[in-house]
Amino acid sequence: MKPIVVKHIEKSYKGKRALLPIDFEVEEGELFGLIGPDGAGKTTLFRILATLILADEGEAFVDGLDVKQDFRQIRKCIGYMPGRFSLYQDLTVKENLAFFAAVFSSNIDENYYLIEDIYKQIEPFKNRRAGALSGGMKQKLALSCAMIHKPKVLFLDEPTTGVDPVSRKEFWQTLKKLQQQGITIMVSTPYMDEASLCDRILLIKEGSVLDIDTPSNMGSKFPKKLYKATGENIPQMLKALRENPAINTCFSFGDSLHLTFKDDNLHPEEQYVQIPASIEDYFMLISTMGNMKTDNH
Amino acid sequence: MPTNDKAIIVEHLSKHFGSFRAVDDISFEVTKGEIFGFLGANGAGKTTAMKMLCGLSKPSSGKAIVAGDDVSKNPNRIKSNIGYMSQKFSLYEDLTVKENIKLFGGIYGLKLKDIEQKTAVLLDRLGFAEEKNTLVKSLPLGWKQKLAFSVAVFHRPKIVFLDEPTGGVDPITRRNFWEMIYEAAEDNITIFVTTHYMDEAEYCNRVSLMVDGKIVALDTPANLKRDFKSDNMEAVFYQVARQAKRSDN
Repeated sequence: MKPIVVKHIEKSYKGKRALLPIDFEVEEGELFGLIGPDGAGKTTLFRILATLILADEGEAFVDGLDVKQDFRQIRKCIGYMPGRFSLYQDLTVKENLAFFAAVFSSNIDENYYLIEDIYKQIEPFKNRRAGALSGGMKQKLALSCAMIHKPKVLFLDEPTTGVDPVSRKEFWQTLKKLQQQGITIMVSTPYMDEASLCDRILLIKEGSVLDIDTPSNMGSKFPKKLYKATGENIPQMLKALRENPAINTCFSFGDSLHLTFKDDNLHPEEQYVQIPASIEDYFMLISTMGNMKTDNH
Repeated sequence: MPTNDKAIIVEHLSKHFGSFRAVDDISFEVTKGEIFGFLGANGAGKTTAMKMLCGLSKPSSGKAIVAGDDVSKNPNRIKSNIGYMSQKFSLYEDLTVKENIKLFGGIYGLKLKDIEQKTAVLLDRLGFAEEKNTLVKSLPLGWKQKLAFSVAVFHRPKIVFLDEPTGGVDPITRRNFWEMIYEAAEDNITIFVTTHYMDEAEYCNRVSLMVDGKIVALDTPANLKRDFKSDNMEAVFYQVARQAKRSDN
């Protein structure tokens, strides 16, 4: 039995379509990434699977249970961390954790081993009010609270937005450990380096699936030859290359530029080095292709 | 270099909350027209430092001159010389595009006639003319971001402070946003920006790294990578942030 099954799910808000019919399945124990621009429908999908809103059409199952009929059972076996910090700001770190454990008729000790790695990092501040924690600590507490009842499936909606690179890395190490405990995790992120840590990724835009695959397959699906250019003045180079009619796409990547030519048979000058595509390259290429489609109709 | 080349001068600036040194004796200068990246882990003291530089919080000790004014003596004059934008707060969602521009233009003391004139130019430049009466909450995030930045520089401030302006934004929108930052810098507006995206740190002229309330490294991205023997700013960040003793890590 697959822990997450989504069949033709559709959702509109006041006539505006948030999710077009969308289908996918997540394997047991998988770390499944949801990647897409703001407004793509990621949060809507999380809310449907967490049984907080109903889809207009289609079916979805979490741990074999129907999100419509069996929402009470689903709520017992999932953990959900919404994008907006939603713990009780006026309760302390420890009070929040105890509260969430109690809601699920459990206590902190019962499943402490699951959250020990993360929680011990915030334990020195256990008597501080949650509202007074810094960004990284809030995320660690929120994950602890989402995990304290030992869920089978964990839904994490942009858990690392606004979190610094070191804390993000630690957060993902924690996710990997939870995965080893057999927990299925569906996580969304705007950080492409995190996307590459997932087993599989679903790319979503304007409510529809652009692609579902492993990060390494996505990189190799990049349909063009990709080149890297470096130089002293990147912004100036970017402007110049954008005006070059032979260039298809050109994006800045830290201290260099990544570009594709309209004609892949062209042998560009030596200063351009051919490189393998990353998820970020792939994502940007297929989402601009999507834009071209919408511009045309 | 003469001091009038400097947009920001910070000398031994500190902010204490009881025994906690949120900002602990930092000193640095930002040159006019520079894109200055202000990096650090969550809880390192960046927001506290930024609040002092914007005239919102009084320093416990030390001195900061922002756009020619002392933050302790003339905090209100500083506010009229700077622009501010963050991911968390930028525009009023229940006002239209045009109303937001008018509101912020008014707050910054522009005359109504000037606001109207400049609004037309701005809407045209952004390609927003048709959306001028649209509520901000119904704009896509990328548009909001562009508008928020344009509003922050609408009164032609000398310096604009950007607090994680691209947090949670998709890769293409982030890059568009940085092209706007470059345009403003070319217009001689000094940019003071925080980010958790390390590729964006590469786009800054100089970058400072804050750990436990102190600035532990400050240089161009190229020099920092050389000094820390790293290929990218992410690796530099890890090395520096690992020194942290307090809070988050």
